[in-house]
Order: sequence, then structure tokens, then C-alpha cells
Amino acid sequence: MSRYTPWLVLLFFVTVPLWMRDQYYLHILITSGIFIVAAISLNLLLGYTGQLSLGHVAFFGIGAYTSALGSIGFDVELFGYILVVEPKPVWLAFITGIFVAGLAGWLIGKISFKVRGAYFVIVTISFAEVVRLVALNWIDLTEGPMALNNIPPITLWLPGQGETTVWRKLPNYYLVLAVAAIAFELVRRIVQSRIGRAFVALRGNEPLAMSVGIDVTRYLVIATVVSAAIAGAAGGLYAHYVRIVDPDIFLFIYTVTMVIMVIVGGKGTLWGPVVGGVLFGILPEFLREVAAPEVQWIIYGVSMIVIVFFLPQGIVPALSRVTHELRVAASPIAQDTKEGEG
Amino acid sequence: MEQFLQHVLNALILGGTYALLGIGLTLIFGIMRVVNFTHGELYTFGAYMLFMFVMSLGTNFFLGIVLAIAMGVLLGALTEVVLLRPIRGADIDTTMLVMIGAWIAMQSLEQLTWSGIAKSVNSPFPVEPLVMGPVSVSWARVFVFAVAILLIIGSHALIHRTRLGKAMRATFQDRETAALMGVKINQIYTATFALGSGLAAAAGALLAPVFVVYPTMGDMAALKSFAIVILGGLGNFWGAALGGFILAIVEEFGAGYISSGYRDAMGFVLIILVLIFKPTGLFAQKERVG
Amino acid sequence: MSDPTPLLRIDGISVHFGGLVAISDMTFDVHEGEIVSLIGPNGAGKTTAFNSITGYLQPASGQSLYRGRNLNGLKPNQIADLGVVRTFQKTSVFAGNTVFENILIGLHRRGTQSLVGTLLRLPQMRMEERRLREAASELLTFIGLDKRQDELASALPYGEQRLLEVAVGMAAQPKLLLLDEPASGMNPSETLDFVNMVDRIRARGVTILLVEHDMRMVMGVSDRVVVLNQGEIIAEGPPAAIQRHPEVIRAYLGTGASHA
Repeated sequence: MSRYTPWLVLLFFVTVPLWMRDQYYLHILITSGIFIVAAISLNLLLGYTGQLSLGHVAFFGIGAYTSALGSIGFDVELFGYILVVEPKPVWLAFITGIFVAGLAGWLIGKISFKVRGAYFVIVTISFAEVVRLVALNWIDLTEGPMALNNIPPITLWLPGQGETTVWRKLPNYYLVLAVAAIAFELVRRIVQSRIGRAFVALRGNEPLAMSVGIDVTRYLVIATVVSAAIAGAAGGLYAHYVRIVDPDIFLFIYTVTMVIMVIVGGKGTLWGPVVGGVLFGILPEFLREVAAPEVQWIIYGVSMIVIVFFLPQGIVPALSRVTHELRVAASPIAQDTKEGEG
Repeated sequence: MEQFLQHVLNALILGGTYALLGIGLTLIFGIMRVVNFTHGELYTFGAYMLFMFVMSLGTNFFLGIVLAIAMGVLLGALTEVVLLRPIRGADIDTTMLVMIGAWIAMQSLEQLTWSGIAKSVNSPFPVEPLVMGPVSVSWARVFVFAVAILLIIGSHALIHRTRLGKAMRATFQDRETAALMGVKINQIYTATFALGSGLAAAAGALLAPVFVVYPTMGDMAALKSFAIVILGGLGNFWGAALGGFILAIVEEFGAGYISSGYRDAMGFVLIILVLIFKPTGLFAQKERVG
Repeated sequence: MSDPTPLLRIDGISVHFGGLVAISDMTFDVHEGEIVSLIGPNGAGKTTAFNSITGYLQPASGQSLYRGRNLNGLKPNQIADLGVVRTFQKTSVFAGNTVFENILIGLHRRGTQSLVGTLLRLPQMRMEERRLREAASELLTFIGLDKRQDELASALPYGEQRLLEVAVGMAAQPKLLLLDEPASGMNPSETLDFVNMVDRIRARGVTILLVEHDMRMVMGVSDRVVVLNQGEIIAEGPPAAIQRHPEVIRAYLGTGASHA
């Protein structure tokens, strides 16, 4: 991928609302965008460090709940005292959500990485389930299944316009696009740095990585914290766009959706989660026209299996193999030096 | 005191089915090293099969149970041959994804076939509970417990007293050597997956008349199966059996004395604690080397 | 010139695997600037010794002292941080990465942390990246793999993969390098090149502890030889003396005194 690809893609997405006026499709793009941010975060953990973390939706949900609660205020009884939190400005709640999600990542990471392999998969699933059940049962704080309602949309200070509250779809679209672009860039910087190399090293050959001084647990926790924080940002975006948050946000099926996006798109590549997110964010909408919901899911399930059988590395690596071959075929003398994409 | 005994009794009965689920998964996990996401769906499938045989086809209840389990075994074997065998040797991601895809497809098919409305299955047992002094239990649940114990003993016999079982144990200990000694690994894997799936289907079929049948019932069952496998240690038969009972006890007493809302969370908190303090499970026999 | 305090002192190390005694009461020293070879028949416990020194295994008793400091209980990456780096017996590279990337990863210790610096792409980080890449190029030239730098490590022929392993180990700036059968699978001419390499590494100020089967190499390169058999040290001394040592010859009976 050339240096200009990210800019071109960004430009494309910036211009989309100019030619696509349908509000419904814009809504689809927004929700897909939110999922793409979550997928980008999961890719850091699943793709680059190779850890099968299947509790990722917990960070998404923690970000959503924290941001929502921060912006609408709450009171809760804790150890006999009543804690009252007044509604805070939305941007502050959003940032807090990121921070709390990152903190959760740190805690869960430190505990979960005491084990590996299948055990690790199970403990991450368990953490997410515990968080879901807490959200469901701690009604005092979270309203449980009655959900947090009337969450205010994000209020931003924009140059030239002062304080704007992002009610309408169009500004929400650009907000999500901005966060997605930032998340992409942050992950790119990490992945192309010494830290990113440590991730790839411990994924590829853990004993060898340790032998050259890489503290595996430390880097795994770093990956989890960053990954969780970005997922928390996605959750915050979700909370202030959809404006209702309930414990169903923690369902395992959403983790599965993110995992599908990352792996089918191409884990361990920068564009994989984007491609996967676009595909699995938009695909349901096309399928909705032609098939009942159950049939749609059957199609997903089957298409996942098919893709895994035929393109086990995902779409992006397969595409880059094809373009590589095309390039070689087009000019056999060309020297091809690949950017280290990890 | 009566409450305590009642909880113990409930826990025992629930534990029986949990044990079935746990044993089924630990065998698959332990011998094949596959993160089997379809385990919960086999549980659901067993329940729906019983529903189909008993309610739609009018089959005798007890025959229906046997048939439901048989269908579970068949589906397990089919899944292994069609989905897992072609990707044998692929990395854990690939296998996981295929299993997730199968899980999604299975659950949606169930939803499509039987709709999302909960179904109930009639059982031939008397409605009045069996009263034993201070505690009471329904006949249906007694039946569940009895069959569960029977199946646990039967599986154990299969694993420890048959040639098939011996081959399974050999494969668990050392796959390469087992293959060199003439064990047909393909067949063992299919048999293991079929057995594990059959046990899950049995649990589902047994509980179908006690609760109701709906498409997502397997999700929680799957998660709890994972919890039980952690408790007992990967591949540890009695560990999983005991783990099932321990989970049931923790849930029953936790729900009874602490908080019923968090009942389902008890198991997960338990395994998180186990993983922090004793990652190889409560009943690990060998210390890891190196 | 040997320093009175040994760089590495192995003191009474024992390793058990369940009931099996893999290593029993192993004691020897390595002095700064030396090249010491650890030899012995297969299964003698040589790799186990390496594992227990570098933190991959905990010994049942005894200790390893590096510059007087006890290594027991430290994790492998902590031991590497002290300057003790080991290579592996089975070919061990980062298979999915290019040769250049492999070295860059090995250079991990020469960089500094800072997640924030990475996220913000601070100038120090960019300068450090440049420095690391230069160091990688230099190391590749030293080891002779510079022409291969953009190839995938897994695509290299076997002998060059083993060279790459040593290069990755060197990248971690060891004071003490533990090489586990580095020449295994090499043909005689490759082995000769490797012997020269080992001398050049020593010339860079690195002390070397070597596990090897290839007697040509051992005799050609070592200052001292330590012989391990069935978990016990049976002889220690200069190569020529070891070659004639009756215990050593007896231990090797059946495999021949000089490895084919």
C-alpha cells in the first residue's frame, strides 16, 4: 500500500455525503464506522499480538456506559454512602469513557495474561459475561434492562461555529469518520514502531522474543490497554449517537461481529478491520432486502466458513498478493520492496 | 436447614447436567484442542430434537430421549467430518472462526425452523413432587438426575474400558505416538467430537421438559461449559464432572444466599479466581514441565 | 587475561523433571573473554542447562551467578536485560518477518519505551528509529547477510537461518552469549566460516558459552571444554586434554570420540 492510500481513502469517505443523500444509508455508514473503530482496536490485540481475546465487547460497553452515565449524571449507593455525580459536558464524559475502558483493559489484561491459549480465550469471554451481568443487575447504577435513555449527543467546539451539538446525521458521520481516522493513525504509529515490532515478535516466537529482552507480559498489557481505550471511544460514539444504552451491548454476538470483521478483513494488517467493517457493516443492509433475518445470519455463518476455507489470511492479504502478482506480471524487471507492515 | 438441604438437592440435580456438558466439552477440548463454539448449539439441538420427536411426531418420551441423543451424536460426527477435518492443522484462529460460523448457522437454522417462540415439551411424569422429609423434588428432575448419572458412568466406561476409549486416551496423551502406534486419528477425532456433542445434546434433551426450548438457550450453556472445563482442567474427565457439580453448588447457594440476579455470574467469577490462583484447574495432576 | 571473579558461575545446579534427574550438581565457571564449550552425548542435559541458566526453567537447587548476581527466579527477558542472551537449538527466527526486521526486533533493548512518544511521533522516536536501522544494517554486514535483508526469514537456506539467529542474538547486545548447537546441520565449509564468526564475535568483547556436537568446531574455537554426561560434569579443561580424557572417551563410546 502506498503512502497516499490512507489519504485517498479518507478523502473518499469525506466526500461520500456529498453524493449520497439518503439519510438511511448515512446511518448505516455511521454505525459501520463505529464498528470499524472497534474492529481497529480489536485488530491490535487479535491481529498484531495474536491473542484470541473474545471479550472485547466489554471495553466497548464500558466506554459506552461510562460516557453515557457521565453525561446524564447518576447517583448510586456505595458501601453505605450515596455518590452523586452531576451531568458533565459530553466531551468530558466521552474522554472519561476512554480512560475507564483503558483502565479496565489494564486490569483484565494483567489477570488474563497469566494464562495462554484456550484458557485465555475462556477467561476473556468470562470477563465480558461478568461485566454484562453486572450491567444487567446493578440497576441502581445502570438502570439494568430498562436502559439508559436520553443520552445527549456530543457537543463540540468547532472553529467558526462555536459550540455545536451534534444532533443531525451528517455531523455525526464526520465525527465518527474523524475518530476512525485518528484510531487508524494511532494504530499505524504503534505498529510501525519498536512497540509494534515487540508485538509481532511475541506473536511469532515468544521464547525468542524473551531471549532478546522483550517483556512479553508488559507488551501484552500495553496492547490491551490501547486496544481497550480505542474500543471505549467506539462505545462512547455509540452511546451519543444511538442515545440509548442497555446491557445487550455486552452480548457475545457483538464480539463475534468484531472478530469476524477483523479476521475476514485480514488480521494483523492495517486495512483489514476497515475492509471487514465496511463489508459486515453494509452487507446486512443489502441482505435485508432479500432475506429474512434468520436467513441472513445463516448466510453470514456460511460465508465465514467459506472465506476461512479459501482465504484464511483474510481479504486484504489476498488482495495484496493479487496486486503484487499483477505488478510483477506487468513489469517483470520491477523491484518490489514491501513496507514492513508487521 | 430445610432450605439448605433443598439447595443441596437442587444443586445435585443441576450439577448432573452441567457435568454432562462439561465432560463433553473437556473431551473435545482436551483431545482435539478445538475451541468448540458449537457445544451450546448441540445442547439446543438436543432439546429441539426431543421437542420434534415427542411433540410433533408423537414418539414415546423415553424413546424420544434416546433418539435426541442419537441425533446429537450424528450432528457432532457430521460437523467434525465436514468442517473440522478439512482444516486439521490450521491455526487456532481458523478453527475458531469455522466453529463460530457453524454456531451462527446452526442457531439461525433452529430459529428458522422452529421460530423464536419458546416451546415446551410434555413429560410423562406426575406433577406432584416427590417429597422426602424436608425436601421435595419433581419426578421429572429425578429422571434427569438419574439419566445424567447413567450417562456419566457410561461415558467413563467407554473411555476406560473400550478399545475406542483407550485410543482416545492415547491420543490425548501424545498424538504423534498414538498415530505411530496405529491409532486412526481421524476416526478418534470424529468419535470424540460425536461423543462430546452427544453428551451436550443429552443435557439439552433432559432439560427440555423441565424448562422451555428456545433458540438462544445454548449460549449460556456454552459459556458455562467453558467455565466447567477450566475448573476441572482441560481433558480431565472427573475434573469436569466435579466441576459441573461445583458450579451448580456455587450457583445454587450464591443465588439462594447472596443474590439471585448474579446467579449466572457466579460461575464466571469462580473461574476467573481459579485462573488467577491455579491456572491448571482445581484438580491438576501433573506439574507443567518447563 | 582472566578476571578473578568469573563472568558466569554455575553453582550446583540440579534440574528435575518429575522423577527424572536431568542435571545433577553442575558446577563450572566462565571467565570474561573466554570461549567455553559445553559438550556431551545426546540427552546429557546441555540444552536443559541453558534453559535453567537463562530463566526458561527453574532449577531444583543451585544457582547461576552472572557477575555475582543470582539469576534464579528472573524471567528470560530480565536476564537478557542483564546482558545474557541465548540462542535456541531448533532453528528459531521470526519466520513471518524479513531478515532486516528480524534484526530490528533483536535490537529491541537498544531502544527506549514510551508509548506516548510513539503515538505522538516525537522527534526522539524518529531519530531512534534511524539509529536502530543503521545498527541493523551494520550488524547484517558483520554477519554477512546484508544481501538477504529483504527476504523472509523462513525463505533462507538452513545455514543462513542459523547465522540469522546468531545475528539476532548479537543485536541484543550481550556480554555473554550462549549458543545452542549453532553449527548443527552445517557442512564443513559453513562450519569453518562459523568458527571465524565466533572469533570475530569474541573480538567484539562478547564472552561465549557454546553447546556443540561438532568436535572440529569445539576443538577449533574453545579455550576450555566442559563435558556433561547424564546430567553430571565428568571433565573440564583445555580441548587437547579433553580429547584424551578417558572418562570422556568412555562417555562417547558408541558415538565415536569425534563427531562425524
